[in-house]
Amino acid sequence: MGKFKDIIKKQESRKARNDVIFIASLLLVVLVLACVLFFSAEEGNTVRVTVDGRLFGEYSLLENTTVEIVNGDGYNLLIIEDGKAYVDTASCPDGICSSHRPVSRNGESIICLPNKVVIEIHTVTNSGPDIAV
Amino acid sequence: MKKHLGIKKVAFLGLCTALALLLAYVESLIPPVFAAVPGIKMGLPNIVILYVLYSLDVRYAATVSLVRLCISSMLFGNAMAFAYSLAGAVLSLAVMWALKKTNLLSGTGVSVAGGVCHNIGQVLVAMVLLDTPQIAYYMLVLSVTGIIAGVFVGVCGGILVKRVPVGKMFKF
Ligand SMILES: [Zn+2]
Repeated sequence: MGKFKDIIKKQESRKARNDVIFIASLLLVVLVLACVLFFSAEEGNTVRVTVDGRLFGEYSLLENTTVEIVNGDGYNLLIIEDGKAYVDTASCPDGICSSHRPVSRNGESIICLPNKVVIEIHTVTNSGPDIAV
Repeated sequence: MKKHLGIKKVAFLGLCTALALLLAYVESLIPPVFAAVPGIKMGLPNIVILYVLYSLDVRYAATVSLVRLCISSMLFGNAMAFAYSLAGAVLSLAVMWALKKTNLLSGTGVSVAGGVCHNIGQVLVAMVLLDTPQIAYYMLVLSVTGIIAGVFVGVCGGILVKRVPVGKMFKF
């Protein structure tokens, strides 16, 4: 009887170990997939600027332009160049937005919290607006 | 092999179905994780499905799961939610059954696989029905929630199997 219990116990600890390995490898697969998805995200074609939650303007990512985003005392200079968008200069004290790397992939964004400015890359197709995911 | 199900067994399966239904109701009270894709749920009723799978058989687990799904989508859901849930439930049970047969994992590991597949099945149907491959991003987040839910379901199911040994209670 004792022997039988030992066998069961051994089997259970082996299963518990397998469980941990199984769950860890699942998490690893998810992590790898997340990385692949992140780095293979398609380039967007539209820059959407919202100030304080309201739409400020939409600009094509494919044309080089400069947009002055002015909201009260807040000021951000958005530059769209060679299919990438970045903030060149800004009035905010933290300067997070102006030091942010240029964005170009669908879903990427630059956010200036002090000025309540959100600059987002989207992919807008001719058939209609993209679906918010 | 008996031709008909015993009365006790029918009653027991009915009880399990009712319990799964109750859990589905409790779950419907929890706000959805992602409002954009309605119908995607964590899968609390899987506790009962796991319990039936381990203490009886896959056939009974499938029966309880299917009856539960039909009733709960009539009561709290819509056709879309039914399609999501059906895909999730079928995929999840099939994978759990296969993994249980390999005898490599404990109930918790099997349940985690079930939880992940439950969500993968739902997302696949959502991708087809809504025609938006972008939902694939959800799959990753949902895989993580599926793993967490799977651990929870597995632990609960394991306790049930131990504490409510159906084979000893009734002689089927
Ligand atoms: Zn700023």
